[in-house]
Amino acid sequence: MVRGSTVEKATAALDARGLTVAYGPRVVLSDVSLSLQPGRLLGLVGPNGSGKTTLIRAISGVVAPRAGEVRLAGDDALRLSAREVALRTAVVPQNPHLPPAFTALELVLMGRTPHLGLLAAEGRADVEASRRAMQATDTWELAGRRIGELSGGERQRVLVARALAQETPLLLLDEPTAHLDVGHQAATLRLMARLCRSEGKAVLAAIHDLTLAAQFCDRLVMLHQGRVVAEGSPMEVLTPDRLREVYGATLHVLAHPLTGRPVLAPDGDTG
Amino acid sequence: MNIVRRAPALGAAEPPAPSGAGALAGMERSLWPRFLVAGVALMGAIVLATAVGPAGIPLDATVRIILSRLTGVETGDSLPALWRDIIWEVRLPRVLLAGLTGAVLAMAGATYQGVFRNPLADPYLIGVATGAALGATAVIVSDTPHSWQGLSVLPLAAFGGAVVSVLLVYSVARVGNTVPTTTLILAGVAVASLSTAITSFLMLRSTTHMFSVLSVVLGSFNTATWGELTWALPYAVPAAVVILAHGRVLNVLSLDEEQARQLGINPERTKLVLLGVASLAAAAAVSVAGTIGFVGLIVPHAVRLIWGPDNRQLLPMSILFGATFLILADLLARTVDQPSEIPVGIITAVCGVPFFLYLLRRARMGAYW
Repeated sequence: MVRGSTVEKATAALDARGLTVAYGPRVVLSDVSLSLQPGRLLGLVGPNGSGKTTLIRAISGVVAPRAGEVRLAGDDALRLSAREVALRTAVVPQNPHLPPAFTALELVLMGRTPHLGLLAAEGRADVEASRRAMQATDTWELAGRRIGELSGGERQRVLVARALAQETPLLLLDEPTAHLDVGHQAATLRLMARLCRSEGKAVLAAIHDLTLAAQFCDRLVMLHQGRVVAEGSPMEVLTPDRLREVYGATLHVLAHPLTGRPVLAPDGDTG
Repeated sequence: MNIVRRAPALGAAEPPAPSGAGALAGMERSLWPRFLVAGVALMGAIVLATAVGPAGIPLDATVRIILSRLTGVETGDSLPALWRDIIWEVRLPRVLLAGLTGAVLAMAGATYQGVFRNPLADPYLIGVATGAALGATAVIVSDTPHSWQGLSVLPLAAFGGAVVSVLLVYSVARVGNTVPTTTLILAGVAVASLSTAITSFLMLRSTTHMFSVLSVVLGSFNTATWGELTWALPYAVPAAVVILAHGRVLNVLSLDEEQARQLGINPERTKLVLLGVASLAAAAAVSVAGTIGFVGLIVPHAVRLIWGPDNRQLLPMSILFGATFLILADLLARTVDQPSEIPVGIITAVCGVPFFLYLLRRARMGAYW
């Protein structure tokens, strides 16, 4: 298996080694290793049920791995408290339960939780962080709206804002572009790429849409049946043979007219 | 700096969204005026309920008697000594006990609703109150001393019963990471029926204690003394402090457990702490006032309907309005059928059951949750 970047391994924002996770007798991740440097956007791809969500849950401390270790900026995540983990990594979950009566701003302010003690109220810095996060995700004008009144796409962007307001060096996104129209899909991933470049954040994004992932991520990791089957540049990972093997589908890999990155097209109805 | 393309407009019929700045102003609005109004309403209820009773004591005399006792300055000289005894030894303890009970039950209800993420959780409906009554009954019929070093053990025994009930209901009603309404209510009914059955059995076997047990089961303040207030306060006040400190955390818990953990909260530990202290407070209230239903349901919901779900205002407002509500319910209980009294639980049930059914029927029950 190809290991990620070999430079500055000690300061990797995320370093997972030999992660094995099981729900009861069912092993959903086996021996997964990946490493992510600050400033990099890593795409996590793979078919349904390949273990993308479980990997994010394991890194964020929601499920305990059966074997292996997770290091967040060098610290052993299994030894950190929930709050210490939440100061290092923020998560945009897939289809989370959200209380409908809270406003979008209140939900984004919840991203400030790890920065606040039990009795502390949100201060100016917390409101500022939330405002910046909401402006960056184009949700500031939704601030006063109740969560229950938002569309699926608006809710998704508010969740991204909540994760940004958490101000962590590592972001874990589980299908951040689901529910979004093509415009907001591209805008969200472009925002992630910009955060990596300008703020040095490390982003791990599980993305269903391979073409979309290929346009914004410098590197892709492909999971299949709980294992890493490929890692590298989009061109290296998204080969027709591998796609046939992993997805069981015949896909044509074209080159993007401007960037040369892979664009996938299915066979279509050839009669 | 909108670097992201604007979402397509959703149509002209859409109401204009409040701007971010507007939402911010709404958030920064102080809660204190709200608390002040609720506090004044509570004071008014206390004075009114103390003044009304079979012995017609004028309102101003009532206020003067209370003030003179509180300040030590004698302003009630000219008033009959009997009035002073009625106000200070009979009515005020009763009113304050009703207030304390209402405050605690509403606070516990709001806490259970937050922890279970279910709008129908209430100390009575989920079997905590009946479990507490069973715990208290066990001590009453066992002829053991009811206090130790001046601290009443009844609340502790009630707490034992309450905690067993809440853990039982929680473990039975839990489906994955959620507690659905149906399983919660069914488990609550089952646990409540069982503890009520055992309580009845203990009561019938021990006829000498039947009256004490009955007052715990039915819920009444007509034997209230200052003593009962001092029993319950050492449990209720620390519980309130812990719960009020968790307002923001309870907001985060109203997401799911996974998100709470990813935002830095340890959900299991927090829930255990909150269930524990809410049950302790509810048990203390049951051991001095009996099982009184629906206060923990009506009050937090009314507050939520009017002012929204933020637990940092919901919890204190529930405490203040819970006290006011039960004081007025008890006032009604002892005046509506004079000279006899009806159990206050009847009043709260008459107010609460229609409300409960309304909530149950609402198609979009989570609409303001």
